[in-house]
Amino acid sequence: MSSLDRPSSTHLVLEAGRADRQYWQDLWRYRELLLILAWRDVSVRYKQTAVGIAWAFIRPFLTMVVFTVVFGHIAKVQSNANVPYAIVVIGGLLPWTLFSSVLGEASASVIANSNLISKVYFPRLIVPLATVLVVIIDFAVSLSILAGLMIWYAVLPHWQILLLPLFLILALLASLGPAIWAAAVVVKYRDFRFVIPFVLQFGLYVSPVGFPSSVVPEQWRLLYNLNPMVGIIDGFRWCIVGGESPIYLPGFILSLAVTAFFLWLGIRTFRRIERGFADMI
Amino acid sequence: MSDIVIRAEGLSKKFIIGHKVERDSLLREAMTSGVRTLMRKSADFFKGRVANTVGQTEEFWALRDLNFEIKRGELVSIIGHNGAGKSTLLKVLSRITEPTLGRVEINGRVNSLLEVGTGFHPELSGRENIFLNGAILGMSRNEMRRRFDEIVDFSGVAKFIDTPVKRYSVGMYVRLAFAVAAHLDAEILVVDEVLSVGDAEFQSRCINRMSEVADSGRTVLFVSHNFAAVTALTRRSIVLEGGRMTFDGPVEAGLAHYTASLGKTGKVRHWGRGKDATLISARLLDRNDTPTELFSPGTPLRLEVVVETTGMPGMSLIVILRDQHNVPVGYYSSATFSNVPLPTKAGRYQCVLSLDPLFLAAGGYTIDLRTTSTAIVVDHQVDGALQFFVNACNPGELGFDFRQDLGFGPLALRSNTPIQFERLSASELPDLHSDDRLGQ
Repeated sequence: MSSLDRPSSTHLVLEAGRADRQYWQDLWRYRELLLILAWRDVSVRYKQTAVGIAWAFIRPFLTMVVFTVVFGHIAKVQSNANVPYAIVVIGGLLPWTLFSSVLGEASASVIANSNLISKVYFPRLIVPLATVLVVIIDFAVSLSILAGLMIWYAVLPHWQILLLPLFLILALLASLGPAIWAAAVVVKYRDFRFVIPFVLQFGLYVSPVGFPSSVVPEQWRLLYNLNPMVGIIDGFRWCIVGGESPIYLPGFILSLAVTAFFLWLGIRTFRRIERGFADMI
Repeated sequence: MSDIVIRAEGLSKKFIIGHKVERDSLLREAMTSGVRTLMRKSADFFKGRVANTVGQTEEFWALRDLNFEIKRGELVSIIGHNGAGKSTLLKVLSRITEPTLGRVEINGRVNSLLEVGTGFHPELSGRENIFLNGAILGMSRNEMRRRFDEIVDFSGVAKFIDTPVKRYSVGMYVRLAFAVAAHLDAEILVVDEVLSVGDAEFQSRCINRMSEVADSGRTVLFVSHNFAAVTALTRRSIVLEGGRMTFDGPVEAGLAHYTASLGKTGKVRHWGRGKDATLISARLLDRNDTPTELFSPGTPLRLEVVVETTGMPGMSLIVILRDQHNVPVGYYSSATFSNVPLPTKAGRYQCVLSLDPLFLAAGGYTIDLRTTSTAIVVDHQVDGALQFFVNACNPGELGFDFRQDLGFGPLALRSNTPIQFERLSASELPDLHSDDRLGQ
């Protein structure tokens, strides 16, 4: 009996509604599983496709071409004349693709891994997090488009480009919040499987992907930044073309606040529903 | 006192089962309740709360007030019918689902094996799946690397280790999956019914491997319907019935308690109704007419069936015997085999069928009962109406236990005359080599 009172590194109490104090520690302990699930998704992703990982390049490249033609040449959206329009577009497309892939894949990840969840214990947050790693690899591949365009148009990078990783992290955080919220809620309400593609399609047009956010009238700009991707896309462009595309600071701070809110909401919701995953799936 | 690794106190687990509401009589009522439902659901939904499914819900206690302690190094089997709560208990202990009431204290690292091949990906090779599955089961990469060769050897699929597992046969797949599972190391190992796969030779290797694990001083909790495995591997058993613990003690007494309890629960189940002939109840009788759940091979299989009929002529009573893999192995029809249809006067009847002695292999069996009208149209069907067990089958009385899980089917064939080998003289030997047709 006394052994139970002795502190033990693996002592565990299972009880209803007991907040798991070791959750974050567990998450760290299971980091190998995180890597292996990510590795699985990467190695399976392009199996039996003819061009393989090139898809990570082709999709954003073609979207970039279409947007450049539609917004830059047909609609003739105003932009800073010193920057080639294709670079404006890719600056928005990179973070947006990241966002939409994370939201799309992570939100479906819990359902897709239901066989694991109903048979093995691990901190469930690992599942959506693993898909994020996969998306980062795709992102790295599509960065080559940016590099190619900058060479093609002979655009010199400014010192701000060094801050790009920071904005990458922000973009990930902004997409993680809604993604893990959706990943948890979709377990109970499968309706969300239909809502998310719609939100993403819609979001592509309300976010400044094909056009610079400076075309939005001044009095609406703060409101526009309620969409967290607005501030982040602005940040990406600023990193790429420097002072030519300045960040609208109040809006950027608002975007950060919205990002933080969604992250908090996502984690909270996920942690609460997570305990019942195995019973609902 | 020796150390306790698992202690459950008042452990209970409740599920809420949603029922479809009967069709509302008024459309308006249906619509308003629909709107209300929608509003309530969407409110919960935005709060991210898991709400009760609206409509009629029923509480179902999968586990009810379990109290037990398990000491370090103990080998415990958990037995009970399907739906008695065994799997739920394992899921709670392995942290997949949390208890509704009560608590469990666990001292030590638990690894659970509720299924072999969890997370196997068909596109990945055998090698890749070993690492994937190992990580999922909680093994570290170093551990995996160290044991990799051992695992491949155990599986016997070394030749195909770099082939995607989608090209594997079912047997190979299961071998590989079990090989990983068998090398799982943990202080406390929780194992669900996983030995019922694979061929007989592989199964016996699995049982050996499990007993090695058990002998090495680890705590093992084991669920199985395979009585042979349960007795071979565990010393203590916990019997669950309807979510409650009804027995906790030595394994032999546990199995006896379990088989004795089978008859009681069989009658509780509601069987529904047929159109013209309804099966009411059934039980297995031993030769003294007392209900039993144990069948001794070589004695008549005696079934007492109560049936209610509307008096429709030409109805038949059907019995289907199934082995532990649910494969049908025997069939009886009162109308066509005994030329006795159900009575043509309405009422409730009882009959005892005494079927010819069978040498059934040790293991579990189920019996489906049906009533059929003319020809073979099923009127009332009760699948799994009866369950029974054969503890040992020893047709030659030579101490060989013929079991279903040997993989030779559920029937021991007996020769009804003493077997004699007569030596043939040389002139009687057919010359096989000169016969051209044989080789073709």
